[in-house]
Amino acid sequence: MNIKNRQTDDELILAIETSCDETAAAVVRGGTEILSNVIASQIESHKRFGGVVPELASRHHTESITWIVEEALKEAELTLVDIDAVAVTHGPGLVGALLVGVNAAKAIAFAHGLPLLPVHHISGHIQAARLEREWQYPALALVVSGGHTELVLMEEEGRYQVIGETRDDAAGEAYDKVARSLQLPYPGGPHIDQLAKTGTANIAFPIAWLEAGSYDFSFSGLKSAVINTLHNTRQRGESLAPEDVAASFQKSVVEVLTTKTKRAAEAYQVKQVVLAGGVAANQGLRNAMEAAFQGTDMELTIPPLSLCTDNAAMIGAAAHIQWKQNQRAGWDLNGTADLALT
Amino acid sequence: MKILAIDTSTHVLGIALADEERIVGTYVTNFKKNHSLRLMPAIDYLLKELNVKPEELDAVAAAKGPGSYTGVRIGVTTAKSLAWALGIPVYGISSLQVLARNGKHFGGFICPFIDARRGQVYTGLYKIGRDYSVETVAEDRIMLLEEWLAFLQEKQEPVLFLSQDWEAHEDTVRRTLTDLAVQGEKADMLPRPEELALLAYQQGEAIPAHLLVPEYTQPTEAEKKWLAEQEGKKDA
Ligand SMILES: [Zn+2]
Repeated sequence: MNIKNRQTDDELILAIETSCDETAAAVVRGGTEILSNVIASQIESHKRFGGVVPELASRHHTESITWIVEEALKEAELTLVDIDAVAVTHGPGLVGALLVGVNAAKAIAFAHGLPLLPVHHISGHIQAARLEREWQYPALALVVSGGHTELVLMEEEGRYQVIGETRDDAAGEAYDKVARSLQLPYPGGPHIDQLAKTGTANIAFPIAWLEAGSYDFSFSGLKSAVINTLHNTRQRGESLAPEDVAASFQKSVVEVLTTKTKRAAEAYQVKQVVLAGGVAANQGLRNAMEAAFQGTDMELTIPPLSLCTDNAAMIGAAAHIQWKQNQRAGWDLNGTADLALT
Repeated sequence: MKILAIDTSTHVLGIALADEERIVGTYVTNFKKNHSLRLMPAIDYLLKELNVKPEELDAVAAAKGPGSYTGVRIGVTTAKSLAWALGIPVYGISSLQVLARNGKHFGGFICPFIDARRGQVYTGLYKIGRDYSVETVAEDRIMLLEEWLAFLQEKQEPVLFLSQDWEAHEDTVRRTLTDLAVQGEKADMLPRPEELALLAYQQGEAIPAHLLVPEYTQPTEAEKKWLAEQEGKKDA
């Protein structure tokens, strides 16, 4: 089939994202202008299980995918005939969930002879910043979410270099587990953030700095320390103020994230720093990052909350680079659970 | 009326293009290799060979399960997305019915089945009518093979078994049904996408693409556990 390939940089991209528990579709023009951004969250369905059930997520995606894509086009007041390319998250994520988006995107692109743009989920989180403001290179992104904690260096457009990552739990994962032991509802991150605001960070939890010069992270020790402390005080028949536990835990997480980001930003002499991913919605982290970069000549960009959590507009923004660089996927595109960022 | 039929509910990846009741082309592999990766290139290949453009299609048919959860989802998602994008309807047909059609010259009961692990099978009971229509005797389900065989034995009539997983279960079947069990011919053990296309045309109900969903025959493990816990709480 002849694939359409309109030469333009204000292309209309239909983007699809199904890597975890949000079925999302969006239309983005030229990588910066959001014409629609539709998200069907499955949180209500997974809540009773205290976490995302992969098989259930895949089932929900299959049920709602075409409805969501249709809604995205409707909100953008467009039809498929107007679209220049279809972009889709092909990893990393839950493989069964990824497959739904990938197969839907392939079928839609095939039906209309449209180019297919394969997008890495993390590049999407990072490029959400471009929906706010143009990049200045070199740039550094701290991506924090339920599944990821990564420091990504970008020396030029479309080139991603992971300079630090978590060696065990993702920051968001630690939040959810600590929240569970504080008996807060799922997902726990936002609840801890709320609670921390009213507490005092008066418990000294450990921070894993790892070896000197490393930009990697580790949160499992901290997570265990919090859970053990809670357990031991309960055993002694005592209790700790949950807001103080939340504040102390959050302080440890925020301190290591902020310090390592700042150190890397200085070492690589970056011009711009971006905070991205679902945990970027955390007020404690936002405040600390703002304080850390205030008065420096590095510009800090934090996308609005709605673009930090999983969505398809960020996938459309990231796909713009692939559109410009003429990177296309074939009909054999597949979902990859542990796709590397390059 | 051109129908594109897609079946990825088992190891068999099958695609057929039919123009009403004329089968124009098929693509079939029986090969345990990634359906997600191979399905769209195969559709592209078949349509190109047949000189048919996607916009010339009038409907898409999918084997909607039961079968491998992931496999079924790949076929169903591709079928509904393709149909939605083209503005044409879809047919969702039971993957067991598709297999049952391979017994169209057998007079008695037809039992297609797919292994579902832990002694269970996805199965149903069918008969073929005079006009080769598939008539359901017992609805598709997931069941312990032993229990299912006890049900079949009560009928005291020959049953034709059609399954890629026949060999693994042959002894169990023969132990219960003895000479009432009829083994399908080797080539008939694999689902044929052309039968799916014909079933859609002859017996299927065209529905809007959005409404096509897989038939899993059971909730997820997590939901089953949760439901059991709720029952437990009620009893306590
Ligand atoms: Zn994410």
